[in-house]
Amino acid sequence: MHVGLLYSRIRQDEKLLLNELRERDHEVTKIDVRKEQFDTARPPAILDDVDIVFDRCLATSRSLYLTKFIDSYDIPVINSPETAAICADKIKNSLALEDAGVTTPETKVAYTTDSAMTAIESFGYPCVLKPVTGSWGRLMAKIDSQSAAEAILEHKSTLGHYEHKVFYIQEFVDKPDRDIRVVAADGNPIAAMTRSSEHWVTNAAKGATAEAFEVNQRVRQLVTAASSAVGGGLLGIDLMETAEGYTVHEVNHTVEFKALNEAVSVSLPTAVVDWIETKVETGKEVHA
Amino acid sequence: MVEMMTTEDPLSGEEIEIPADVEIGEIVDSPATGAELEVIAIDPITLEEAPELEEDWGE
Repeated sequence: MHVGLLYSRIRQDEKLLLNELRERDHEVTKIDVRKEQFDTARPPAILDDVDIVFDRCLATSRSLYLTKFIDSYDIPVINSPETAAICADKIKNSLALEDAGVTTPETKVAYTTDSAMTAIESFGYPCVLKPVTGSWGRLMAKIDSQSAAEAILEHKSTLGHYEHKVFYIQEFVDKPDRDIRVVAADGNPIAAMTRSSEHWVTNAAKGATAEAFEVNQRVRQLVTAASSAVGGGLLGIDLMETAEGYTVHEVNHTVEFKALNEAVSVSLPTAVVDWIETKVETGKEVHA
Repeated sequence: MVEMMTTEDPLSGEEIEIPADVEIGEIVDSPATGAELEVIAIDPITLEEAPELEEDWGE
């Protein structure tokens, strides 16, 4: 098969994928999205003859439009623009999970500092304020007091981009010092790990330590339901352990897996390329 | 053992070692300055300072 890989930075994740594709003699066209122009009427020549496009853009803003462009050219794309649109936005993400009946932290959105303060007081302290878009645990705030809330809200409303004036406020989940990341393809878990840290943000990008996690039946059910809620694809689904079981706090659509690959015995690039091969073969059968 | 090769750090002008199997678009950390450098050409190897982190980067 011929895979087009959209990128602007080759991380270790992309390198693992490229090596796996090349070892299987698949043709790969690396597409540096910083150098291309995307015409609304016709695809750029670099996409000639590709069977599928794999979006590995680091920048969400590019990922959102590019998946839409590729889809409009009738070229299969991982992940779909619909999935990208939901996963890239924490509000859409939370709504999709809630609508699908997937256990997810209680969340409120407010548009003014006064209204945000009311929402914060309704949760009590601590609670959590997150940017609507963003990743790697950036700009997340655990609010421990009224004075901290007032300061953070004032900063966001004064200094922030207009998106920071959409206040996404969430209950603080008193989890153990870890959360769970499951990488799944169309709802089927490939591998999972716990991410442990003494910091309340247990993100691998923030230095959390990774250990393999055995997916149990309840986690599998939640992963399948969360994947379906956002439209499926290759996803990183994040869960926290609670007294009642689990809660899904986020689904990521351009999932990084290097830390997971090092923590588990399963080869993530092998499993991902297996899945892409099946996807392309199935697509060809459908169109034959 | 990762095979290494030498090239010039564009920021410091010093000769540095980087993995021999780098790809265009890959980021290497400069052992001379600690800065992130992007591989922009392979033959010959050419590096330039990598773009700074943007707010919408992530997964």
